[in-house]
Amino acid sequence: MTTLEKLKILTDAAKYDVACTSSGVDRAGKAGALGSSAACGICHSFSADGRCISLLKVLFTNRCICDCQYCLNRRSNDMPRAAFTPRELADLTIAFYRRNYIEGLFLSSGILRNADYTCEMLLETLRILRREYHFRGYIHVKAIPGADEQLLARLGLLADRMSVNIEMPSEKSLQKLCPEKTRQSVLHPMGWIAERIAQNTHELAKYRHAPAFVPAGQSTQMIVGATPESDFQILRLAQGLYQNYGLKRVFYSAYIPVSDSALLPPLGSKPPLQREHRLYQADWLMRFYGFQAQELLDEAHPNLHPQLDPKCCWALRHPEFFPVELERADPHTLLRVPGIGPKSMRAILRARRAGSLRLEALPKLGVVCKRAQYFITCSGRRPKDLVLTPEAMWRALLPAPKKGAAPLPGQLCWEDFMPRMSGGNHAAASLPL
Amino acid sequence: MQPLLYRYDGSFEGFLCCVFDSYARKEQPTEICEESTAQLSLFPVHRVVTDPAHAKRVFSSLRARISAKAEDLVLLGFLTCMHERERVLLQFIRLGFRYGAKVTDMLSDPTVSALEKAVGHLREEAHLLLGFVRFSEYEGRLAAVISPKNQVLPLMQAHFCARFPEETFCIYDDVHNEALLYRPHVGGIFSISAFSLPEADAREQYFRSLWRVFYETIAIQDRENPKCRQTQMPKRYWPHLTEMRPE
Ligand code: SF4
Repeated sequence: MTTLEKLKILTDAAKYDVACTSSGVDRAGKAGALGSSAACGICHSFSADGRCISLLKVLFTNRCICDCQYCLNRRSNDMPRAAFTPRELADLTIAFYRRNYIEGLFLSSGILRNADYTCEMLLETLRILRREYHFRGYIHVKAIPGADEQLLARLGLLADRMSVNIEMPSEKSLQKLCPEKTRQSVLHPMGWIAERIAQNTHELAKYRHAPAFVPAGQSTQMIVGATPESDFQILRLAQGLYQNYGLKRVFYSAYIPVSDSALLPPLGSKPPLQREHRLYQADWLMRFYGFQAQELLDEAHPNLHPQLDPKCCWALRHPEFFPVELERADPHTLLRVPGIGPKSMRAILRARRAGSLRLEALPKLGVVCKRAQYFITCSGRRPKDLVLTPEAMWRALLPAPKKGAAPLPGQLCWEDFMPRMSGGNHAAASLPL
Repeated sequence: MQPLLYRYDGSFEGFLCCVFDSYARKEQPTEICEESTAQLSLFPVHRVVTDPAHAKRVFSSLRARISAKAEDLVLLGFLTCMHERERVLLQFIRLGFRYGAKVTDMLSDPTVSALEKAVGHLREEAHLLLGFVRFSEYEGRLAAVISPKNQVLPLMQAHFCARFPEETFCIYDDVHNEALLYRPHVGGIFSISAFSLPEADAREQYFRSLWRVFYETIAIQDRENPKCRQTQMPKRYWPHLTEMRPE
């Protein structure tokens, strides 16, 4: 088989893994070597689905001894199979990298023969890149669950990021869909990597030249919409992973039907992209805005709203928090205002230092006034001509319905959204009008 | 205000001399433009002579009388494609001399915000191009062409020289007619009037076809979203992107 044919098969098999970031590690170039890494990450292209292409994302092989139902590469699936050789893949990575097509390599694999053997193949590929080509670009590698810890340890010293996919948001779903996997078989390597990272941080503090173990940290991915878990369950799990395993990122992947298994949504059903998008927004709020999963959702509201972003939803449910006075509010409070992000928050702080803030200047600072106007005062002034009843705010914040678009199935109305407030005039009364 | 036109040689030093003259002659030009692009005008014109000593005085006063940040902003602002670039920069410097270091935080001022925005745009474009540059290999040497709106090469130089220390490469900006040239371990940006690349050989064509196959295969059909792609990767960059050019 030619490299071109292999590349086609092994890219096709890798494309459902959503992580493609090259971020999290700064490594300058060095004479005698090739490449560097930028902590901010660099996108080299965008594919037809609008996703960033940063890394050469391929499987080492799509042959696999496992039979995970949601996966294209499950052994019971009839499809063309291929495997790279370590040198072939390393050469390809370098050829792409020199042409500035990519930031580096994202290498995952089906399980060939057994976990250890697969791990050794990955190890050899990375060894050629790092030791023979002196490659300093980005490498993200999948830890193969069940592989010997010695092998994983060596892999981690060559890679920038390692990930183990948790795949299913609950133990029950995992067991149902992946007969060979258990929650423990996923969490164990995750915990082991977290421990190694912590230990390595310690070593690095002591000896500056100690080799770095996955300096860009670890990430994971879970599939959304293949199984019945709620957004609340998913976000709580993600929060736990961030806290307990120090994960850098949790990726959410809308399930795209690849199997006619009765356990899964039927072939041809649409992937829940909107839901995935909302989960990313909520995840973002947890990582950068200081929100807790329990603030965004609860048992009574277990799912994110399809039409309104999670921050607006939170703000509408917490009228007691508003209005926020922009002249005085601290950074954390500013960040909780819909329409204000980290960038506009910093711009507000800067502008405050330079003189007094005016409402009219807010758009120049990057504040999205269409949303923020309902939640702020500026030197005691409120934007004029706003109706501040909760119903009116809710209607104004919703995106305008597209012409001729049918209402979304299960579209919520104001009362569904806020059963707690629908009775009295409580919310309106707490907002100074 | 009476229209008053300044003409200068288009160099950064020349621009600094516009600032110098504007103060020395106690006047505010309504338009400043490069001699070579200027049109015949009915209004009074002052031709600014580039005097390195004047330029130096203005430049060092930026840091001394305003701040290092303001100096940076002027340097970067000059690389942007901002509308009425020189006039905005002059106005910014005047504000800076009046208000001192806090001028860079005066984001509600139209001049400061226009400059901040333009510099933001420049930085963004330079960052995008760090990814969108596509090299082709010609007998071991790498070459690429870009067509940016802003003069981005000075912002890209450090990145590429550090990334490919052992390569010999060239990035040619065909809008501003300048090129970043590098061989181990020296590099610089040079004005170039014309530049053309030879035909790609079979080996190069082969790698391009591998990249195209990867590009086409990695997209998930069920998630196709051409609008999102186009926002992230604006069409004006496509002509130089291997994967967007059918061969
Ligand atoms: S082990 Fe991985 S590659 Fe193999 S079937 Fe399961 S998910 Fe797919």
